[in-house]
Amino acid sequence: MNDHPFTFAGADLSFRPTGALFWPAERLLVVSDLHLGRSERFARRAGALLPPYEVQDTLTRLETDIDATGATTVICLGDSFDDDAAAHGLDDSVALWITRLMAGRRWVWIEGNHDPGPVELGGDHRADLTLGPLTFRHIAAPGAVGEVSGHYHPKARVAGRARPCLLRDDARVILPAYGTYTGGLRSHDRALTMLMQPGAVAVLTGTRPLAIPMPR
Amino acid sequence: MSALPPIIADWFTEKGWSVHPHQLEMLARGNDPATLLVAPTGGGKTLAGFLPTLVELAEHPRKGLHTLYISPLKALAADMRRNLTGPIDEMGLPIRVEDRSGDTTQTRKKAQRADPPEILLTTPESLALLLSYEDAPRMFAGLERVVVDELHALAESKRGDQLMLCLARLVSMRPDLRRVGLSATVEDPPALARFFMAGGCPVLTADPGPDPDIRMLTTQTPPPWSGGGGAYAIPDVLEEVKRHKTTLIFHNTRAQAEIFFHNLWLANEEGLPIGIHHGSLAREQRQKVEAAMVAGELRAIVCTGTLDLGLDWGDVDLVIQIGAPKNVKRLVQRIGRANHRYNAPSKALLLPANRWEVIECQAALEAVLARDLDGDPRGPGPRDVLCQHILIVACSGPFDEVELFNEVRRAGGYAGLTRAQFDEALDFVATGGYALRAYDRWQRLKQRPDGLWQLRDPRAAALVRMNIGTIQDTDTLKVRMRQNRKFLGEVEEGFAASLIPGDTFLMGGKIVRFESLKEMHVDVTNDKGRKPKIAVFAGSKFATSTQLSARVLDLIHRRDLSALPSHTQDWIALQREVSHLPEAGRILVESFPHDGRAQTAIYGFAGRGAMQTLGLLLTRRMETAGLGPLGFVATDYATLIWSLHPVDDPAFLFSRDDLVAGLEGWLSENALMKRSFKAVANIAGLTPRNFPGTRASGRQATFSSDILYDTLRRYDPDHLLLNITREEAMRGLIDFGRIEEMLERTEGRVDHMVLDRVTPFAAPLFLEVGKVPVDGMGREALMEMEAERLMQEAGLA
Repeated sequence: MNDHPFTFAGADLSFRPTGALFWPAERLLVVSDLHLGRSERFARRAGALLPPYEVQDTLTRLETDIDATGATTVICLGDSFDDDAAAHGLDDSVALWITRLMAGRRWVWIEGNHDPGPVELGGDHRADLTLGPLTFRHIAAPGAVGEVSGHYHPKARVAGRARPCLLRDDARVILPAYGTYTGGLRSHDRALTMLMQPGAVAVLTGTRPLAIPMPR
Repeated sequence: MSALPPIIADWFTEKGWSVHPHQLEMLARGNDPATLLVAPTGGGKTLAGFLPTLVELAEHPRKGLHTLYISPLKALAADMRRNLTGPIDEMGLPIRVEDRSGDTTQTRKKAQRADPPEILLTTPESLALLLSYEDAPRMFAGLERVVVDELHALAESKRGDQLMLCLARLVSMRPDLRRVGLSATVEDPPALARFFMAGGCPVLTADPGPDPDIRMLTTQTPPPWSGGGGAYAIPDVLEEVKRHKTTLIFHNTRAQAEIFFHNLWLANEEGLPIGIHHGSLAREQRQKVEAAMVAGELRAIVCTGTLDLGLDWGDVDLVIQIGAPKNVKRLVQRIGRANHRYNAPSKALLLPANRWEVIECQAALEAVLARDLDGDPRGPGPRDVLCQHILIVACSGPFDEVELFNEVRRAGGYAGLTRAQFDEALDFVATGGYALRAYDRWQRLKQRPDGLWQLRDPRAAALVRMNIGTIQDTDTLKVRMRQNRKFLGEVEEGFAASLIPGDTFLMGGKIVRFESLKEMHVDVTNDKGRKPKIAVFAGSKFATSTQLSARVLDLIHRRDLSALPSHTQDWIALQREVSHLPEAGRILVESFPHDGRAQTAIYGFAGRGAMQTLGLLLTRRMETAGLGPLGFVATDYATLIWSLHPVDDPAFLFSRDDLVAGLEGWLSENALMKRSFKAVANIAGLTPRNFPGTRASGRQATFSSDILYDTLRRYDPDHLLLNITREEAMRGLIDFGRIEEMLERTEGRVDHMVLDRVTPFAAPLFLEVGKVPVDGMGREALMEMEAERLMQEAGLA
């Protein structure tokens, strides 16, 4: 497989080129910032007209990742829905699809800044979650260790190409946005350079994960 | 009605003018249902078009709209009002003349609908808007004649198709409506007549006048190897300006016009009054330049296509074309701007901007003297325009689909429209099409119990009216001075997004400093620097026409090259010696290493669009063959591709079947297609550009049209708008027709030259802007190498 393996806080993890993070020992899959329903939110505001198919695209990829890894636990690291209304406004078929994915495995929804309220779907709803050495939350907390978060949609550029990427150093991992049509924040941004230690590595998504020193 | 009534004849006598033969002929044909008049610039075309109206209204005065005049330019309509009002007042005729365009105030527009003038001068878009109102039949109740000016220019774009649909609608209201089309010299007048009226109409051709006095401008320094601005010739151009009364300096793109104007000013030590005029400048500024020009206050105007048409400026005695004209017909029309007097030769100078253009300018010059005009046949009426037309009709009131279908087929471009095609367009307008059926905003029409179609929500009419028209501006932002909010002009949104505070660029010949981007405004301040960052306007990049390309190929093979300057003769000779000269019936391919990459130069002479497409298709073939293509760049003549591995045998690249197959696969995911789709989606009303109240920023609109494109491709690949986009792209941006022409011409005969370094003809290609990177295994390999190197350097690997 094309994954990027690395050891973090004593846990052996594997970053998939799709943007998902897998923890084989726990059979745990983490994805962040699905932003399901983004198109509908835009459609409600006059102007941009995004069709809703991005939901299907995102869920298709997620399903593929779950099948490929055989994950028994899935953590969605927040901003899973684009806002509260999107969570309520989900198409029946989409809600069914998510329910089908949830069936037979542990599913944890971490609260994000776009979807703070309770979601009308099953699963655990948590502000954060600690499992062994790792803590999962939406926005990186200053001074945290062994932390896996999302929120920033980091991306980085190599040989002239920018792609969503994972950022990691000894204390934390920041995941790229998993959702289709989400924008990104360059790793140069102060918000990210302030968080990440010198020597941090960026791993680009794509056909194969590409590790580079985090561009600052 | 062939004699002038005394009141008009006397006026001509008083002025000491005589009526041209073709003007009298037009009067004689005044009662014909349709006439196309083809006359050179300065031939008194417009008067010929209006004479029958003046005579009729002089003999039978009446109130209400009698004649509608339509021109592609707002400025032309306004100018025509002045030109007509003068004589009408002097003759004391009871005729009211008014113009109407997007610039007309709301109050006046309302007054015009309630009490229309006898002669209304307007644009295709304003006419379409008038037809969208429920009271249109009342306004046009007494309409007798329509005069369409600059028909040749309108026929080149969708604006012409929209206008023809509108005329068909007017004919439904007024079956006896007469129409006159006025056109500059074109290569195929009967084809233009068929566009003007389904089935064609009689053509009247005026005396074409004397040959122009046209030469290449000899410069102190030879032109550079590449580039387009012509800046090297500033001193020579300035000399010519000094020697003439008024000079028009034409450029092919706005950016080039701006840079040239800036440099001209820096060199203009005598402070000659020189102005600039192009489509991105603020209206007030353009009007100021036009007024100064009319008053004879300017010695030169640096301009673009905005001055190709219209405005009658008798004092222009020289036209300078900077850069290759790309197309002989347009060159002839531009030349006609000098000496706007009938039967006087026009004087023009051509200034090639680089070495290739020296050859092209010479070829064009010979074509002009041979009166050998070029042009591509017009395709059928575009169906996105039809979709918009259906919406416009729906705004004016309920309609019957059969009646509308029959009416549409009376427009020249739609004479061959099938019922199935019409139904498809109607279905799209009504429902958005299969994939978008679930979305309210695209459910726009409903069928009533009596079978008529109407807007589902009458309030939607406002949105339709705001988005009437087919002109596709790139998304632009207004530029204004930070201190006083003075509006300077517009820049493309993509360009604005690339600016960081402190960057400088040219606007209206002035260097300004970017300060901030606020909502839809770019705030700037004056800058005293001398070196601006270049403003990237939407430069129309025309492709060199097929006929002109053939002449270029012919020219380089002449035994006697003395028509060309010696530097160009030497260059061609060196190419012949070092490599090979491209031939009309063969494709020349050169392979050589440069810059650590394998380079492949393909001389196809198929025009920029086609050579660009060829680059995309060939890099795909090379990707499959494992050659690791990394990028390419295209000009009108050649495509240069760089890759990890060299092409050993290029013959496999040019199999027609493989290229067509590649095209199918590639078309869909290509950025050019998305750009085409965006225009189609705008015109057909899928993604309106303007909204009541708020305005979606161009970027949002782009984003959504790109995503809609991807969505439709995946879930509804036969959607009407995708089919339209494909058809258009094949003719326009993608220009596959010309690739096919190239393949037919060469029939697989490839001259492959393997060399150890850059050749004379290939050298300029390396300096071309607009390089297109290719994403594939080659790029992936580069990224991996780069990532590995970075990790090694950082000590992380």
